Amino acid sequence: MSKLKSAYSIPTKKEKPETYIFVVWVDNEAGVLARVVGLFSGRGYNIESLAVAEVDAIKNISRITIVTTGTPQVIDQIKLQLTKLVPVHKVAEFQREDKNVIFKEMALFKVVGKRNKIEKCLNACKRFNPIILDKTKTSAVIQITALRREIDKMNKKLKPFGLISTSRTGAVAMTRGAKIFN
Amino acid sequence: MPKLFTGAEIVFKCLEDQKVEHIFGYPGGAVLPIYDELKNHPSIKHILVRHEQGAGHAAEGYARSSGKPGVVLVTSGPGATNVVTALTDAYMDSVPLVCISGQVPTHLIGTDAFQECDTTGITRPCTKHNWLVKDIKNLSKVMHEAFRVATTGRPGPVLIDIPKDVQFAKTKYKKPIKEQKLNGTLHNKFSQDQIDELVKLLSKTKKPVIYSGGGVINSGPKASQALREFVDLTGFPITSTLQGLGAYPGDDNQFLGMLGMHGTYEANNAMHDCDLLINIGARFDDRITGKIDEFSPNSKKVHIDIDPSSINKIIKVDLAIVGDVTSVISKINKTITKSKNGHSKSNKSNIAKWWEQIEKWREKNSLNFVNSDESIKPQHAVQRLYELTKNKDTYVTTEVGQHQMWAAQHYKFNKPNRWMTSGGLGTMGYGLPAAVGVQIAHPEKLVIDIAGEASVLMTMQEMSTAVQYNLPIKIFILNNQYMGMVRQWQELLHEKNYSESYSEALPDFMKMAEAYGCKGIKADNPSELDYKIQEMIDYNGPVIFDCHVDPNENCFPMIPSGKPHNQMILGPNDQEDNKIKGKGKALV
Repeated sequence: MSKLKSAYSIPTKKEKPETYIFVVWVDNEAGVLARVVGLFSGRGYNIESLAVAEVDAIKNISRITIVTTGTPQVIDQIKLQLTKLVPVHKVAEFQREDKNVIFKEMALFKVVGKRNKIEKCLNACKRFNPIILDKTKTSAVIQITALRREIDKMNKKLKPFGLISTSRTGAVAMTRGAKIFN
Repeated sequence: MPKLFTGAEIVFKCLEDQKVEHIFGYPGGAVLPIYDELKNHPSIKHILVRHEQGAGHAAEGYARSSGKPGVVLVTSGPGATNVVTALTDAYMDSVPLVCISGQVPTHLIGTDAFQECDTTGITRPCTKHNWLVKDIKNLSKVMHEAFRVATTGRPGPVLIDIPKDVQFAKTKYKKPIKEQKLNGTLHNKFSQDQIDELVKLLSKTKKPVIYSGGGVINSGPKASQALREFVDLTGFPITSTLQGLGAYPGDDNQFLGMLGMHGTYEANNAMHDCDLLINIGARFDDRITGKIDEFSPNSKKVHIDIDPSSINKIIKVDLAIVGDVTSVISKINKTITKSKNGHSKSNKSNIAKWWEQIEKWREKNSLNFVNSDESIKPQHAVQRLYELTKNKDTYVTTEVGQHQMWAAQHYKFNKPNRWMTSGGLGTMGYGLPAAVGVQIAHPEKLVIDIAGEASVLMTMQEMSTAVQYNLPIKIFILNNQYMGMVRQWQELLHEKNYSESYSEALPDFMKMAEAYGCKGIKADNPSELDYKIQEMIDYNGPVIFDCHVDPNENCFPMIPSGKPHNQMILGPNDQEDNKIKGKGKALV
């Protein structure tokens, strides 16, 4: 069947998509996020998570971290297309498996229940530096920092202990050692 | 204390400093301060169009024929939305445009004010960059930056949205910052090693083909000159994309004609069978490649392009050279000449066999058609038009469809910037306003829009512009009463179900010409074609030429959808064994 399909739209040799993290330095100006996000949606690229904030108030630079999936060819295109945007200064991309880069995501869990349930929650989160940000007799807000898939796991695990609301950031990234992204 | 200028004054001061001579536009509420200022700047001439889309295409024609950026001025809301088609067209075909749009005053933005729309939001995906200038202090900087972005690297359209209160506000004017002479180095990211690698490939190849595109035109006349030297030095065959026509002389023996879906048999077969493919300033568009998996299967591929994102986007290449075509090819030419110590033609014996093969393909005469004494064949009409205008340095624009492909196949261009057609976006209605823009840029030259009757009706109102400025453009309509390309696809793919592709009530183009105040000429017999075309050329003023052609003619040769280059449909005689079947249909 696929033999008859033309090249106009469908490549027959489909490579496996892999997860990549893009770090993009942009001018912190109106509409810049829309340009970056619009490029992804307009060209059919996928966004798994997105984190953005100003990192240099003097130079007016924001840092956008985007988790995406794609074949190496698509990832290459994303990088080149991003680089073409006028307010973009530089672009770095990493495979999720890259050992030289730290990826972290933060999550806030609201747990409603008796003390022992909240204790169980804290226990379960032990590996991820849990911090209690708010506590009442019947509830707690717990902050953890972890990898995306670890938070996914915790999100499931805490449900029986009274987790009623989760809020999480997208992943942010930083290289290990003295080296910085170039 | 330095003098303060209003936003409207600053707009014109910037245009003057950017050496703009013509702007294409249409007034409206949100740009009135700018229009009010127009009278104080006699060096800038405003061309009043009849629809903002026309302004955009006219500016495209102006830019493509002159190499200078086209400037468009429109009002907010509908003014801006009407120009979106032209901006997208310019984006796809890499045409430098600077569009200035009015916006409602800043305090009304976001309130659904009269004639408000999110112009920067709407035009974000169809411009290289756009700006909403909310603070008068940024205006001169943004204006200059806009011209820089539009004209450098891979050119393209930009838009500056200026709220009405900013047009009234006052501030100091800043001149453009003089950039140091970069000689294009900013965009040249290649090394001598890469050039050496290419030259090595050139010396080894037995079956090379050069495939050049619009990037050669965009790089300026020097690029075409360098390309001609390169082709002469190597003795290689060269084919061109639709947008690249004119970069290399169309009547030269080394030129194989256009390639791609309606390209020649020899060009497409050479692409398929070659062992070295050199892409110069083209982007492996899907109308060129045909089936990707079977695209030029046995070749080493080299890609020269100024835009790094064009490389490996569709076709993986073995050697990528990122840079301006002029710089790259000049470097290659120098290296070849040097490395061969003056014996630069010695490689030509290697490819003698390849040329023999190409000559065999040529013998198929794939652009051939069955001529007639009774009805005018559209191909014949284009051929006659070419013969009668070829000594005049003619500028040709087209609409989109069969007539466009016939024009590309049968009109031979010898110089760059003489051929303006909507390739990437395929915008019907492009040609007439583009001809307006070309004629503005070249008042003394012969400008012809080779049109279809369906396309031309989409922007017919611009005849009024042509008459107002006495622009002697010639609208040469190949009138077959059908949306011909749609009809052709329906014939080939949908069992001749000509669903809505026939225009049952066409206007009388003679009367239309009269109504617009220009000359109408009609031809429906081959015997009268030549002298009527001559009459059109000799008339000093705009002409609508209604050329009635055979309504059933199809555009051949053709690569059917889902097929590779070496499986073309040739002419009526060849069609039986090459029908488009099954899945191919869905993939047009």
